[in-house]
Amino acid sequence: MNMNLLLHQILSGLATGGIYASVALALVMIYQATHLVNFAQGEIAMFSTYIAWALIQAGVSYWAAFAMTVCAAFVLGVVIERVIIRPFENGPILAVVIVFIALLVIFNSLAGWIFSYTIKPFPSPFPAEPLFGNSYVSSHELGSTAITLIVLLLLFAFFRFTPLGLAMRAAAQNPVSSRLVGIRVGWMLALGWGLAAAIGAIAGMMVAPTVFLEPNMMGGILLYAFAGALLGGIDSPGGAVLGGFVVGVLENVIGAYVGTELKLTVALVIIIGVLVVRPSGMFGRVHVVRV
Amino acid sequence: MTPNGSANGFDRRQLLVPAIAIVFAVALPFALGNYHVFQVTLVLVYAIALLGLNMLTGFNGQISLGHGAFYAIGAYTAAILMDKAGLPYWATIPIAGAVCGLAGFLFGLPALRLEGLYLALATFALGVAMPQILKHKSIEAWTGGAQGIVIIKPDPPAWAPVSQDQWLYFFTLAWVIVAFVLGGNLLRGRIGRAMVAIRDQPIAAQAMGVNTALVKSMTFGVSAMYTGVAGALGAIAIQFVAPDSFTIFLSITLLVGVVVGGLASISGAFFGALFIQFVPNIADKISKAAPWAIYGVILIAFMYLMPSGVAGFLRLVRAKWFRWRAA
Repeated sequence: MNMNLLLHQILSGLATGGIYASVALALVMIYQATHLVNFAQGEIAMFSTYIAWALIQAGVSYWAAFAMTVCAAFVLGVVIERVIIRPFENGPILAVVIVFIALLVIFNSLAGWIFSYTIKPFPSPFPAEPLFGNSYVSSHELGSTAITLIVLLLLFAFFRFTPLGLAMRAAAQNPVSSRLVGIRVGWMLALGWGLAAAIGAIAGMMVAPTVFLEPNMMGGILLYAFAGALLGGIDSPGGAVLGGFVVGVLENVIGAYVGTELKLTVALVIIIGVLVVRPSGMFGRVHVVRV
Repeated sequence: MTPNGSANGFDRRQLLVPAIAIVFAVALPFALGNYHVFQVTLVLVYAIALLGLNMLTGFNGQISLGHGAFYAIGAYTAAILMDKAGLPYWATIPIAGAVCGLAGFLFGLPALRLEGLYLALATFALGVAMPQILKHKSIEAWTGGAQGIVIIKPDPPAWAPVSQDQWLYFFTLAWVIVAFVLGGNLLRGRIGRAMVAIRDQPIAAQAMGVNTALVKSMTFGVSAMYTGVAGALGAIAIQFVAPDSFTIFLSITLLVGVVVGGLASISGAFFGALFIQFVPNIADKISKAAPWAIYGVILIAFMYLMPSGVAGFLRLVRAKWFRWRAA
């Protein structure tokens, strides 16, 4: 294989990696607050992408539909947390996991029912010909990577520099003390769900032009994002983002060398190999057990 | 430990429920049509698989999202032995169990280093990879690739005046009884207590002299063995194995069954099996358009009403009843 092809694979791997990184970040946000992995994250993103599709079909311009979908996903996330997840707050962990699985099948089935299972093309906001006359990356890949990075930067700024972001971090880290200083921990959690759903929606809209819109489009993406989050360390947002990019590149390069039929298997074996050597991920906190 | 506290820890009343259940189970296929007998056979098959997964997840606290893979290995072992080696169907079950037990034990060794979510990912990966591996060209001569293998339906022996479906039912029922008697003894005994101790207090368990690593990987092995036996029985009942019957969805369904039935409960396996066999049908009857949405809603409702599963709910009701009678 020549270098050009390898370079091309790495660059488009970074583009898909950006999608994994966004979904991984959404997973980490909910994980930090609840210590649970939201298996329904991908399906919520898929459903939001359908909302965007319906808006665009109705004649709304792309960026207006984009903004409306992000807001709708945010509201959807908040409502799901408040109405469905809330009652299980003190329930057994596996009961909540089962509720996530239930949400997954509900959204998948609803999308198929409302919008049908046929594969739909989804528009890309970026021009069709490559930018700057390069021959390595399509402008959609470049554009979606840029959008992913902007989202990550905005999130970083939000958590780092705003009082609300600080309150959310506090609520996730130490709910009891946060409540004592007047933070409404329950609402912070709902906000976290909303933000995670909004990030997922952006990831969904960015990936839909390449994988086409259909109810099962996020299945593989969620798995890779989960793997990326664990690879980077599920309690480290920066690590999860990097893990997402690493998984994207790994997947693409393996796909080019090993062939597509076993690329999922090989990618997962490598990830698990890393985890066996470093059980808390590359950047995760190593938990010291107190005796 | 018995509820009525007899001295030797054994009570005749404890045998009453299983005895009634067995009488009921033996009479059942004569009251149902062949298709329903087939469905109930699958319930029994799932019950064995769920008992296996419950050992790992419920008793030992290790989450597996990939037990469908062991189910697949069991099913394929049985199918290949019958189709290629010409073994009789009944002889394939113990072999399938042994193969899966070994596979589970070996998978459990590296998995020892992984806990909670990380183990969930590793097992999830196994579940996702299994259909791809089964389809792979290098083993196509054995597995039949994407086409799978068709198995001939076993005939009942000449002395038994039952139909093929009824015979399969009794054959499966016999394995259920063996699996649950052995499993119950294992879980109630010293090893079962060690499993629970590792789940609840790993450090204390180690300090008490429990060999944590051995018990954990052994639990993985036994759990996989049960699931593999179920897979083999399921393959014989359905008379067909194909990679796409063992997707990640099967693994998730098994986990759903364990939690709905009741974690760390032996009888919960039957409730969970009934759920995963019949609730999709019920959902399909309610809405043809979006059956899985209905399934999801039923699932959330179940978890909302019985967060500790059906078995946990019944335990609660029984405790309330006894308290009410005592008052």
